Amino acid sequence: MPAKLRVKDVYKIFGDAPDKALDLLAKGETKEAIFESTGQTIGVQDANFEVEEGQIFVVMGLSGSGKSTLVRMLNGLIRPSSGQILIDNDDVASCSADKLRDIRRSKIAMVFQHFALFPHRTILENAAYGLKIKGVGATERRKRAMEALEQVGLGAWAESLPSELSGGMQQRVGLARGLATEPQILLMDEPFGALDPLIRKGMQEELLALQKSLKKTIIFITHDLNEALMLGDRIAIMKDGRFVQVGTAQEIVSTPADDYVAAFVADIDRGRVFTAESVATEPSVVDLDADTAGDAVKAMEDQNLNALYVMDGQEIAGVVTYQQAAAADRESGADDVPLKDVLITDYPSADADTQLADLYERASTGLPIAVTDTDNRLIGVVEPEKVFAQLSSETPTEAPQPEPDTVSEPDRQPAL
Amino acid sequence: MSPSDLLIIPFDDWVNTLVRDWLVPNFRPFFRALQVPITLVLNGLDDFLAFVPMLVVTAVLALLAWKYAGRGMAIFTVIGLFFIDMIGLWPETMTTLSMIITSVIFCAVIGIPVGILAARSDLMWKIVRPILDIMQTIPSFVYLVPIVMLFGVGMAPGIIATIIFALPPIIRLTNLGIRNVREDLIEAAESFGSTGWQMLVEVQFPLALRTIMAGLNQTLMLALSMVVIAALIGAGGLGLVVNTGLGRLDVGGATAGGVGIVILAIILDRITQGLGTQNQVQTVSLRETLVSLFRPRGKIATTEPGKAG
Repeated sequence: MPAKLRVKDVYKIFGDAPDKALDLLAKGETKEAIFESTGQTIGVQDANFEVEEGQIFVVMGLSGSGKSTLVRMLNGLIRPSSGQILIDNDDVASCSADKLRDIRRSKIAMVFQHFALFPHRTILENAAYGLKIKGVGATERRKRAMEALEQVGLGAWAESLPSELSGGMQQRVGLARGLATEPQILLMDEPFGALDPLIRKGMQEELLALQKSLKKTIIFITHDLNEALMLGDRIAIMKDGRFVQVGTAQEIVSTPADDYVAAFVADIDRGRVFTAESVATEPSVVDLDADTAGDAVKAMEDQNLNALYVMDGQEIAGVVTYQQAAAADRESGADDVPLKDVLITDYPSADADTQLADLYERASTGLPIAVTDTDNRLIGVVEPEKVFAQLSSETPTEAPQPEPDTVSEPDRQPAL
Repeated sequence: MSPSDLLIIPFDDWVNTLVRDWLVPNFRPFFRALQVPITLVLNGLDDFLAFVPMLVVTAVLALLAWKYAGRGMAIFTVIGLFFIDMIGLWPETMTTLSMIITSVIFCAVIGIPVGILAARSDLMWKIVRPILDIMQTIPSFVYLVPIVMLFGVGMAPGIIATIIFALPPIIRLTNLGIRNVREDLIEAAESFGSTGWQMLVEVQFPLALRTIMAGLNQTLMLALSMVVIAALIGAGGLGLVVNTGLGRLDVGGATAGGVGIVILAIILDRITQGLGTQNQVQTVSLRETLVSLFRPRGKIATTEPGKAG
């Protein structure tokens, strides 16, 4: 199945002679040079990306980077100068006005930075706007708008006016208005940009929680890299109208494409970007019944480890440290000290997608952290020093493994 | 030495030829037909206001003043209208009122759609704007002559002159109000797939309503100020009282007519101003009260678009 939204070779030139500017762009002229010679402003150049259904695709850039222009092209508020924007094989860039209206009514909704609520309408009427435009009957409209308001926790405010609500609440209404028409794609243009930091954080978490059940395809615009990293399944960094880098949060933080991205990433809380999985290694284990303390000591010496996980069949039995195992081995004088005598059953564990920031305390025990799957099986081990190495690394030597569902993108690095 | 030594342009002759020899013989029936709707509305209103007892009209106006401009204004309305009645100008005042209302209805019916079109198309605005400038700067006496030639004399031509004079503000302020609707609200409406009409009815018009009402108020005031001039070409009412007083050097008569106009102007101004500012916070019950109040008075056409949102 092709991606939900596919953007191919999209350019947007503001001015009266876009063709001239496109020619110059093709010859490799810069944005500034083209503006000086032709007076044409490049809004977006060479945008290429795909967004899979259910993904959050974040476009991050500073003001003037073209991100707002880009998102407005996705629902045809701005028509691109050239290129294709395919939503389920309908090209938004070139379709008729009727078709475009149809797509806007059924498939794609937008949430705005300054909420853009209609001040003369109640909250419920605002939430119901898209349905009204579609021609949904009054009672049905009311019911569905109310459901959308309940989803964002504002059911009690249905009859209020937007001016009676705080900023955060107004943006929830904006979100409810977007959700009420049950679109497949949600465009969010810096939706939390006008909110206080604390409220913004709450809204981000709420959006993620909602997304777990809604599974919309979301295009999220932001100028805040932390927000991008927190929300984005994939992130595009924009500068001067072009994508500088597209990738997962971990890819962008670990291997910035250029100095521009690197400068952004420098201040990032890496502990919130990387997960246990990114620093986990293939576990090497010993068996509770078959192996002795001596075997464990030998294994640890061979692999230069301080501790080793002990398995009881498929289950994790516990962990043995080199110190204790070697001491027990020495004191008994025999080779057959059973592992359960030196076993530490109170071992630290984490899920694959636990953030490193949440591992600090567990890492401070000095024991390796067991990374387990949902069935509590051991899938990897995180050495404590690796946690801190990842956090402090300025230029990591190796990129984390790309996640399987985001591989193979010919357009990851746009042609410059 | 001056340019006139080289060439004399017979501009006045040209205009004479255009109006007398071309417009009048060819288009007189057309212009006559234009009067029909105006005469119809005017006569209806005039008959109605003449039929309704003075106390009822006063009560309705006082009630409106009380709703939209406060108690003080309601008291002023009662005293003012009683005064007009006592100085013997009640019938003339009702004639003037029906003329004003007719003018404002037609100004709204023409002006609001033109203003909307001008707001939605820069080309339209470029065409309309100089015409409005001319309408507002040209002295009204200049167009009284061709109006008499094309329409004759009487009430309807007087109202046509009034419409020409009072139309610009409603067009300008409708245009301004719609153009000033916040860009992101337009984007939001568009992003949900609104048609042009839906955008207008759901978003632009309701949000521009306050400004449009201000335009309507201005139009009303201009229409009132045309009362005396319109009386020169046969429109009756208080304007005629003033003109008669002027002709006979009857200071008392002219003043009485003038005072009547001023009282009417103050009442109508305060009511429409109140309408414009209170519209945003009106509750439904108030709206319904208003509609029910207006319905029997036939003024519904001017106020109904205001309720569209």
